[in-house]
Amino acid sequence: MSEVLDFTPPRRPSRNAHRLAASPMPLQVRGLSLELEGKRLLDQVDLTLLDNGITVILGPNGAGKTLLLKCLHGLCQPTSGTVLWHVDGLERPPVLEVRKAQALVQQKPVLLRRSVLANLKFAAKLRYSPIPQGLLENALALARLDHLASHAARTLSGGEQQRLALARALILKPKVLFLDEPAANLDPASTVLIEEAIRAAQSAGTKIVLITHGLSQARRLADNIVFLHRGRILEHSPADKFFSEPATVEAEAYVRGEIVL
Amino acid sequence: MQDFTGSFRLAGRLIAAADPALVEIVLLSIQVTLSALVVSALIGLPLGATLAISRFPGRHGLVILCNALMGLPPVVVGLLVYMMLSNAGPLGVLQLLYTPTAMVIAQTVLITPILIALTRQVIADLNHEYAETFHSLGVPAHTAIAALLWDGRFSLLTVLLAGFGRAIAEVGAVMIVGGNINHVTRVMTTAIALETSKGELALALALGLILLAIALGVNALTSMINAPDGKRSHVRSA
Repeated sequence: MSEVLDFTPPRRPSRNAHRLAASPMPLQVRGLSLELEGKRLLDQVDLTLLDNGITVILGPNGAGKTLLLKCLHGLCQPTSGTVLWHVDGLERPPVLEVRKAQALVQQKPVLLRRSVLANLKFAAKLRYSPIPQGLLENALALARLDHLASHAARTLSGGEQQRLALARALILKPKVLFLDEPAANLDPASTVLIEEAIRAAQSAGTKIVLITHGLSQARRLADNIVFLHRGRILEHSPADKFFSEPATVEAEAYVRGEIVL
Repeated sequence: MQDFTGSFRLAGRLIAAADPALVEIVLLSIQVTLSALVVSALIGLPLGATLAISRFPGRHGLVILCNALMGLPPVVVGLLVYMMLSNAGPLGVLQLLYTPTAMVIAQTVLITPILIALTRQVIADLNHEYAETFHSLGVPAHTAIAALLWDGRFSLLTVLLAGFGRAIAEVGAVMIVGGNINHVTRVMTTAIALETSKGELALALALGLILLAIALGVNALTSMINAPDGKRSHVRSA
């Protein structure tokens, strides 16, 4: 497992980009807004994601969590504002480097119409040539799918598919891994396996940005919490502080498990 | 009615006895059509996939053009290929007119737009599902096209069968550029037309029956590929 997470692909620095003296933040969001059909879904979002740790985005349905994640990942073009990536200390890294620095696992992962192993191999070929020995085996072990390597990926259970998607994303060795409710609709045993893989990735140096509706999962995993409500960030604080002393009425109600409108 | 029945009986005998003339015509037909299909597939599949996932000015116009060319009249294709290959045409020096190669060219021109248009549709649907994942994985365009073609292989096989069916049943274009020369360019459709005009219904019927059997076989194969509920391609492992 550690080989999957620790293998560092060779990188070529861009000639056009200049290095920052010290840039602890891989990702900064400034004044990000998103409007669709006249409706403001994200409103002046400012966010700085620290290098390490697990950031959990919480908020009621419709708060804009998935949209924010998609904007950060480049799947969604904001109406205004900027998403600044600092990759390897570069202030304006090339687009390709920015894309390589991140990966996303969606709530309903899309797997290729191939075997489990072929799905992992597809991702591995995007980064490595040749594929390092043991990389795929370790990824299978991480996903606990060794015994299903030759099975068609789309015939796996929901939990297995989610673990495969996670392992596939981690093969890319992203600096930031976005996870959109990776344990939604999974049983406790599958959730534990997913959380183990998330922790292992974080321990290996990958920044995790996770959306969840499970407060207990947030308590277990989060180093810091971003609380989103109606497209605005109401709180961004360490997890302990958020759960013990929420600063806003909405966050307090959310933590208590009350309906937040 | 007796003539009709007798013709059927004679046709059955020709097929059962594997009449050499009949076999020669059938084999040439299949050879020409499969050659055209291979060339069309090499052109049409990547072009259709590229058209499905790329965005560039004029793309919409190209899509409309490909869709419109699906209904290209075979005789017009035959005429155009004839003009290109005739001695006065730009490719006259190749001396390909009235050869099986000319027939392959005509069928290729005829079915390539079909393959492009249908491939584009299949791949566009698949890409709709895969696009965000490919973006997330940082998949370059050429890798995405190859992956989409591979993952859509069962649906694309249906596309190829549609092209095969269209090509093998075609008569106008191959008649013009092939000339229906005995032992050289005579294929099933042109032979049927000729034998019918001569009143020799037995051979025409025998060829017609084989053509029908091929059409039915192709359709059966298509159904099998998509069986049981169109999800076969979703559960196959590599």
